[in-house]
Amino acid sequence: MTLTVRGLGGQRGDKLLFNALDFSIESGSALALRGPNGAGKTTLLLTLAGMITPTAGTMTLTGAEADGPPLLHSFGHQNAIKPRLSVAENLTFWAAVNGPTGLPVQTALDEVGLGSIAALDAGYLSAGQSRRLALARLLVTARPVWLLDEPMAALDSAGDALVGRLIDQHLDLGGLVIAATHDDLPLRDPARISVLTLGGTS
Amino acid sequence: MSIDIAPKPNWFSRIAHPGQFVAWSRPLIWPLAAITALLFVVGLYFAFFHSPADYQMGETVRIMYIHVPNAWLSQFVYAIMAASALGTLVWRHPLADVSMKAAAPLGAVFTALALFTGSLWGRPTWGTFWEWDGRMTSTLVLLLIYLGIIALWRAFDDQLRAARVIAVFTLVGAVNIPIIKFSVDWWSTLHQPASVFTPGGPHMPGSILLPLFIMFFAFTFLFLLLHLVAIHTEVKRRKVMTLEKRAAGASA
Amino acid sequence: MTAFTAIITRELKLALRGGGDVLTLVLFFVMIGVIVPFAIGPDKILLARLAPGIVWIAAFLSMLLGLDRLFRADHDDGTLTLLRHADLPFAAIVAAKVIAHWLLTAVPLLLASPLLAIMLAMDLTSLGRAILSLLLGTPALVSLGAIGAAVTVSIRRGGLIAPVLILPLAIPVLIFGVGAISTGPGPDQTGGALLFLAAISLITTALAPFAAALAISSGED
Repeated sequence: MTLTVRGLGGQRGDKLLFNALDFSIESGSALALRGPNGAGKTTLLLTLAGMITPTAGTMTLTGAEADGPPLLHSFGHQNAIKPRLSVAENLTFWAAVNGPTGLPVQTALDEVGLGSIAALDAGYLSAGQSRRLALARLLVTARPVWLLDEPMAALDSAGDALVGRLIDQHLDLGGLVIAATHDDLPLRDPARISVLTLGGTS
Repeated sequence: MSIDIAPKPNWFSRIAHPGQFVAWSRPLIWPLAAITALLFVVGLYFAFFHSPADYQMGETVRIMYIHVPNAWLSQFVYAIMAASALGTLVWRHPLADVSMKAAAPLGAVFTALALFTGSLWGRPTWGTFWEWDGRMTSTLVLLLIYLGIIALWRAFDDQLRAARVIAVFTLVGAVNIPIIKFSVDWWSTLHQPASVFTPGGPHMPGSILLPLFIMFFAFTFLFLLLHLVAIHTEVKRRKVMTLEKRAAGASA
Repeated sequence: MTAFTAIITRELKLALRGGGDVLTLVLFFVMIGVIVPFAIGPDKILLARLAPGIVWIAAFLSMLLGLDRLFRADHDDGTLTLLRHADLPFAAIVAAKVIAHWLLTAVPLLLASPLLAIMLAMDLTSLGRAILSLLLGTPALVSLGAIGAAVTVSIRRGGLIAPVLILPLAIPVLIFGVGAISTGPGPDQTGGALLFLAAISLITTALAPFAAALAISSGED
């Protein structure tokens, strides 16, 4: 599976953030988006996710059936967690809505280290724990493309390591990851990461 | 692999089409204004001096020459807005956004004028300024829809994003207007049947129809002129906004 | 559990655990019935004559009051964005939310309407007609309301403007809703009004999810 982007242009409001962008990444590799604030990292992720219409260019994902289930997970700044539902209920909802094609809910919670508090209301979670719960959403539904926007924000060093481990596992299974980060992704094999720097002018 | 892409400044791309539109349509404004003025002069002359007073309504029948064109425009402007909304949603044309936004206040004013002249006419004819007559009521509802759309435009900070959302609402309104009209007619008991365009042809004397048609065109041209000027103003306003944003971006 | 029912059950859970939203709406509905006699006097004949209109205005205002919560919370915490990647068309998700919203706002009003009927001195026939007309008319109100909520969800303070937008569009619902309860001086038109009401509800519930979904995705582009 290969994601190929040709001549992509994107804007937010009337501000053009990137133009004639070309890159491609294959299964089992990650792309790190770098650049200063306002360089268009989030806009690029939203454009790839189909949330923002590009001004120009094409995005193609080879090796995917056109009418199949959605292929990408989007992981943004917001955790989309309801404080009144329990941790397990929050995750069960996403498993039902996105399709329970990945890990079972309890296994996914164990994976991100929230297994012991599955029955607790999500409102009691700390910022880091909420972030972990949001990460668990990527595990309960198996989708090849992960678009991560600042995945390590609000996480401690153990959380950073968790993000690295989850990305590694995902790449091992043949997935591909595009992540906007300020810090280096803590992957097992840094050679799997390529870097795309946005902005840098003005 | 490292790919380095610097954004090329192309801030004008979004408003390029409207910019070109303004350039080629600017010479149209003065001729259009002249035609409108001429039509008004001729139309008002006929309306006041060359048409008979009604045997029942007397001189007040002349209000019709103002009222009917306004009532027509109240619906015509919405049709223009709905067509622009389609342009915004289907072709994403920035000029359609601007046309849609420029038409809303004009439509509201023409609708308000139709109501105002209608109630002026109603006072001597029906003996009351306001009657819950089917046509007046649905015009009032139309005015409320216009005002809602204007309020919606004002509520959005980002006008470019607003356009698509408002286009959806405008089209929902367009689907609803016939339903509203039908339901109001059903509800109203004082409804008068349409009298200008009837299946048997107009049964108004020519001395009334001629000034009515001239005024009808005069008001339609007035709308076209005002719409064009409003589009130009809006395009310029957006240019200023873009420049201001650039200035803010450059100083940061 | 399919995605569609998962959304409905989640909405119900959230509303029932989320404190008194449902209760507030019912209270508001009943309170309108309480304040009207203070405004126009406790004349039972007059009240009974005005009752269909009062019931519908009370329903109208209560539904508009709860409109903003349809999409606002999900928009603010990012859920709405993620739902666009769900294994279900976005319009279907909106439809599920609209159904849940109807269950949470209209059904309590239907249950509370006998209370209003007693206070407004309605007879049993009128009450039956009122419940039937509310049952057939509220889906249209909720659907139109969903469009209003969707159009205003990307505005930070959109809560106030949605009712203003939707009110004129909902006038046919009001006209036929009241028409289905009250018998005027002329021939009985309630049956026809009820049919029109059902037709409007069918059309709006069929189209509103698509319009609302389009408005939401346009607002984020």
